Amino acid sequence: MKHITDFTIITNQRETDEFVVLTLQHPGELPSMVPGQFAEVRVDGAENAFLRRPLSIHDVDYSNNTIKLLIQEVGEGTRVLAKLKSGDQLNLVYPLGTGYSLPKSNRVLLVGGGCGVAPLLFLGRHFVENGIRPKFLIGGRTAATLIRLDAYEQLGDVYVTTEDGSAGHKGFVIHHPIMKTETPEFDHIYTCGPDAMMKVLAKYAGSRGITCQVSLENHMACGFGACLCCVTPTVDGHKCTCVDGPVFDSKYLKWEI
Amino acid sequence: MGNLKVQLGELSLSNPVMTASGTFGYGEEYADFIDINALGGIVVKGTTLHAREGNAYPRMAETPKGMLNAVGLQNKGVDGFINDIYPRIKNFKTNILVNVSGSTVEEYVETAEKINELDAIPGIELNISCPNVKEGGMAFGTSCPSAIAVTNAVRKVYKKHLMVKLSPNVTDITEIAKGVEGSGADSVSLINTLLGMAIDVNSRKPVLSTITGGLSGPCVKPVALRMVWQVSQAVNVPVVGMGGIASAEDAIEFLLAGASAIQIGTANFIDPTITIKVINGIREYLERNQMDDVKQLTGALITG
Repeated sequence: MKHITDFTIITNQRETDEFVVLTLQHPGELPSMVPGQFAEVRVDGAENAFLRRPLSIHDVDYSNNTIKLLIQEVGEGTRVLAKLKSGDQLNLVYPLGTGYSLPKSNRVLLVGGGCGVAPLLFLGRHFVENGIRPKFLIGGRTAATLIRLDAYEQLGDVYVTTEDGSAGHKGFVIHHPIMKTETPEFDHIYTCGPDAMMKVLAKYAGSRGITCQVSLENHMACGFGACLCCVTPTVDGHKCTCVDGPVFDSKYLKWEI
Repeated sequence: MGNLKVQLGELSLSNPVMTASGTFGYGEEYADFIDINALGGIVVKGTTLHAREGNAYPRMAETPKGMLNAVGLQNKGVDGFINDIYPRIKNFKTNILVNVSGSTVEEYVETAEKINELDAIPGIELNISCPNVKEGGMAFGTSCPSAIAVTNAVRKVYKKHLMVKLSPNVTDITEIAKGVEGSGADSVSLINTLLGMAIDVNSRKPVLSTITGGLSGPCVKPVALRMVWQVSQAVNVPVVGMGGIASAEDAIEFLLAGASAIQIGTANFIDPTITIKVINGIREYLERNQMDDVKQLTGALITG
């Protein structure tokens, strides 16, 4: 069941120059959500942001009926969202899309790049609640672009790469030592981030018999399967990222890797 | 309370608010948000004789107060519609119109013939104005002889309400409107999207895979309103107005310009409950102005 609801901002926590985390209060009991699902957020008061902005559900607290959204300021719409204050209203259409599915074994690696870390906190919490301790591999350009590492560390082991070596291992996520071991310490990869990163991981997984679930960020107009703008080529033809995804098994996608 | 019922020829609508093809899926996508049966009608996704994959991604670009799309009539084909989708939606208690497109006159005719057999579909909207396919579509709607030819051919086989959707990408839309009226159209709907484009200055590439696409949203409303006004003075069949409608006030503007009913398109993406708000807003407008029938608004523009 999809909902359209006015949430109230409780806090707007600035994380870095680029990122804020909004905590939103739902007026009643939160509906159940699956990690990897997203919300279409209406942007009020932006001159050039016409459409809603699709944002991952970053975290959920069912006991307090709150959710968190991780916002990266990339354009006018997200800049307006990043300025919201405690008490402001925010209109969401949610929960949308097909999220991550639970693994068949407990050995999971969650890989995030840039703002792609957003859905992995909720996913990691979901694993912990199901008795699975996740490993996180988080990549950024520099140490300053890594977001909320402490929150991930509360859930599992966190490994870090940066392109300039200012934190963790220098290089891209695929260069981290845990990706180099002869027998990987995980059977399932869950990832969200730039396509180039996810394609490398899909190739890595494919050659080792590991499953790889990827989350796509195609541009959307509606978010619920009406406009057919956000399609991606799959083995079954064009599929909507908003309904059939955003999470897909990498083998289902027609990716050149 | 004011009467909201309107007639489009033989087609009875409980109110003048319909949804525009390509923005409302098959209605089901909105069933969590609104009561589909409260709408005057829905026009479902463009349907062609054969299944189409549509154009490559990217198919959408956000633009000031609007958007460009280049979906390219992705659909399961008329048999896929009849077998997979129709059984799921046929019990909606609203007017379900199927938007029909094709690459040749024969394809339009064959698709219309198949839809003519569906009891729960009281009409089709003949799409001679899609800007996003290489063959057919807008090519039929931008030349008067071909618009007449395809309307004539479909009229011969299609027995129910025949609405023809007009392209704004023409020099004189009234000539096309008069042409399809003379060929047996029961109503005309307008406007389809305006041909446009967007460029990414960083990559120096077009944003859309097809380079050009169809512009919709509030940015097109003044153009759409002008065309509805012109066409409503040129033809006698009912006019269904659309183009950037996002509020009851917008809808009333189209009625005053001469539309008997309206369609809401792009605004559904931003507010999936907008149709119901517009219906309620029209009702309130009638009450506020002590009018007892929405039909009194059609063409009631005061000039001079």
